[in-house]
Amino acid sequence: MGSRNSLLLCVLVFAVVSALFTGHPEAAWPLAQIDDYLLNILIMAGINVILAVSLNIVSGHTGQFSLGHAGFMAVGAYGSAAVTQIGGKPILNALSFLGGAAPICMFVLSLLAGGFLAAVAGLAVGLPSLRLKGDYLAIVTLGFGEIIRVVIQNTEAVGGARGLTGIPAFTTLGWTWGLAAFCIYCVSALIRSTYGRGFLAVRDDEIAAEAMGVNTTKYKVTAFVVGSFFAGLAGALYAHLIGYITPEGFSFLKSVDVVVMVILGGMGSTLGVTVAAILLTVLNELLRQAEQYRMVAFALLLIVLMIARPQGLLGGIDRWLQARRNRS
Amino acid sequence: MKPILELEKVVVRFGGLVAVSAVDFHVGEGELVGLIGPNGAGKTTLFNVITGVYKPTEGGIRFDGQTVGGLSASDITSRGIARTFQNIRLFSSLSVLDNVVAAFNLHLKSGFLGALWRGKQFREQERAVHEEALQLLDVFGLKSAAHQPCRSLAYGDQRRLEIVRALATKPRLLLLDEPAAGMNPTEKVELMRLIRFTQERFGPAVLLVEHDMKVVMGICQRIAVLEYGRKIAEGTPGEIQQDRRVIAAYLGEEVVDA
Amino acid sequence: MNEFLQQLINGLSLGAVYALIALGYTMVYGVLRFINFAHGDVFMVGAFSGMYLSRWLKPLLAHWPEWLFAVVVLAGSMAFCGVLGIVIEKLAYKPLRERPRLTVLITAIGVSLLLEYSGQLLFGAAPRGFPSLIESRSLSGLGELHATNIQAFVLTATALLLGGLHLIVMRTRMGLAMRALSLNPTAAMLMGVNTNVVISFTFGLGSALAAAGAIFYASLYQAIEPFMGVLPGMKAFVAAVLGGVGSLPGAMVGGLILGVVETLVVGYSKVLGIPPGYRDAVAFVILILILLFKPSGLFGKQQREKV
Repeated sequence: MGSRNSLLLCVLVFAVVSALFTGHPEAAWPLAQIDDYLLNILIMAGINVILAVSLNIVSGHTGQFSLGHAGFMAVGAYGSAAVTQIGGKPILNALSFLGGAAPICMFVLSLLAGGFLAAVAGLAVGLPSLRLKGDYLAIVTLGFGEIIRVVIQNTEAVGGARGLTGIPAFTTLGWTWGLAAFCIYCVSALIRSTYGRGFLAVRDDEIAAEAMGVNTTKYKVTAFVVGSFFAGLAGALYAHLIGYITPEGFSFLKSVDVVVMVILGGMGSTLGVTVAAILLTVLNELLRQAEQYRMVAFALLLIVLMIARPQGLLGGIDRWLQARRNRS
Repeated sequence: MKPILELEKVVVRFGGLVAVSAVDFHVGEGELVGLIGPNGAGKTTLFNVITGVYKPTEGGIRFDGQTVGGLSASDITSRGIARTFQNIRLFSSLSVLDNVVAAFNLHLKSGFLGALWRGKQFREQERAVHEEALQLLDVFGLKSAAHQPCRSLAYGDQRRLEIVRALATKPRLLLLDEPAAGMNPTEKVELMRLIRFTQERFGPAVLLVEHDMKVVMGICQRIAVLEYGRKIAEGTPGEIQQDRRVIAAYLGEEVVDA
Repeated sequence: MNEFLQQLINGLSLGAVYALIALGYTMVYGVLRFINFAHGDVFMVGAFSGMYLSRWLKPLLAHWPEWLFAVVVLAGSMAFCGVLGIVIEKLAYKPLRERPRLTVLITAIGVSLLLEYSGQLLFGAAPRGFPSLIESRSLSGLGELHATNIQAFVLTATALLLGGLHLIVMRTRMGLAMRALSLNPTAAMLMGVNTNVVISFTFGLGSALAAAGAIFYASLYQAIEPFMGVLPGMKAFVAAVLGGVGSLPGAMVGGLILGVVETLVVGYSKVLGIPPGYRDAVAFVILILILLFKPSGLFGKQQREKV
């Protein structure tokens, strides 16, 4: 097992342990003294990591530039909220035979619901998009994201434009980082398998990939489904953190937020986008005072990055690490 | 000789343009066949329709007795047809080794859950694939460059890598699209040796599109000639060199009449 | 029937705006092969520049006839945005000419965000009222149909602009250069076409048309805000795809069709069973349908990748 896997394992263990032993966000033991504000930032960072790594599978590794990731997040958020908030009491009653574990089970159910609904949405978006490339694919994914948002906005059952409130606060540091670690692990594992080679082949040259027997349809759809599944999980975690979701919060601008993380971190680099997601979450908070200037600064950053360093800050890092490993 | 590839009255039309018109053609098992013709004759189009990049507008294509016209490119490759490209199409962000490993995907059990769980069977399969890929590279003298990015290879080596990659799919028919393009005479001699070696060692039939007559006449057992999408001649190198229609196609009518 | 004609009039006015914006998208795609994401925001700048120009010039030109004043504001705004378009191209897109199209697309998103959020900083997020350049009056003589002189102005002015564009593209040397560049950039360069000048001109022209669209839009709907270009921009792009990207008549027709369809869907929402809130989704559904069934659009050509 490589050193990266052992590190992941440690994070996973920490996450599982803290998830198991906590009912309250603050009770994760070394961080018992941490205040709510900092805790929230750490949790948001974890959610953003899941978003960035999941988008990276689609856009970075498989080269399908997607501008609709927020749509999958929305499906996950609303899907999970449907279980805990709308279907809350009846489901709790149905699970009452589990005693004290019932709320947690309901949460797990809601996470699964959010993830799988988002995965279905990913399938619905990925299949029609198969023949499209580059610019057109970007616009179509944007279109799908907008359609999802408009549909939610017009569905009174989930609150419509007013949004959905009163979602129970199940999200903890343990759950978030546990799932983030799981996401990173899944992505890394897939990359170092036939799937990863398939993704990269599709990205580099679709025609050559097909000629080498790589079923581009299978890999593109897999990428979309896996990416959207995790985006859905992120959305579910988000919904149960903030407690209140609106369709506006999952607009094109949110998709752009995630795209910036992926580009900054380097498309195709799991480590890069993880670091970028954490960095940008922290940066967002620090600049919250100067909210108006934040976006202007981000926009300029994006433009300068594309001209000066399009591979992102950590673009080549995965390859560099791999090369070091090969040499030893 | 048993035919492994059969084309029957294949027509390829793009809107109003007829690129390939009523071509009857076959390649036998283990044969080395050349496909020549002036520019725009439809040679690459024929390649593309055999490998599934295009669908034939009319006519039938059979590989090993089974119809393959209309199948997707990856399906056709899984049945045993592989190719290289006129303009090298390697997986540019991958290393030399990974380009070859990627082409092995076809023959691997790609279990999704297996990839996540990474149990013994999975790891064994991965190890075996990488080992086999390295051996293949070794046979063609590229093992030392295995971990380099494929873009850093010299042009001739990149062409060789494309052939190695195609061989990784374990084809029974290998299509080479102008493999000698951009090579100097020494490299071309080396290429001819390489193609003959590939056939001897791995056994596929080879269909070769090439402009360089020395290469074509030098190694092909049989040659077919296309002009304006039609097959105008077919025979041994000696026969083709004497064929009036072929000479006319390349050099023009007046030279033949004179 | 009257109801339908009424919707048609409203739809055509909206469609005229979409057509003007769509032209910019299609022209830029024709010469540079990428979607200028920031185009919708140049539209927004056009609206604001019109507002400020109008405020600034009003006291100076108080005695001028209404329609002449409107034309001056229109021309000034078009000129300003034309220059803006050229500047954006030189600073943000030109350095990336040789790079993959994806890189430029991302840069365009960056420029778009920059314009939107700078606009928010400068103008505030709240919608502002657009000054009426022409006093709105109902047109008489249409029986039960209701149309304003502003709608008439918009449609007439759009027709004139489209006619002017047609002249430029078909009858001038610059237009010929634009067409040559969009068909085969290498050959065009070898034939002595100054690529940089043509590209700048294309951007300038497209941006000026977007500004005109913005003035018309703002005159019709009266409120402007920094994010007003986001949806119209996306919809205009859909219109360009509908008509066939790279085709100028396509963009014009696509814009008109989209404007009419969108208005009809909202107008007949009860009959169709589609709530009016889905208005914005109409364009995206059309987009997905076209790209699935006829990606080259109404007037476009099928592009094949050479293998």
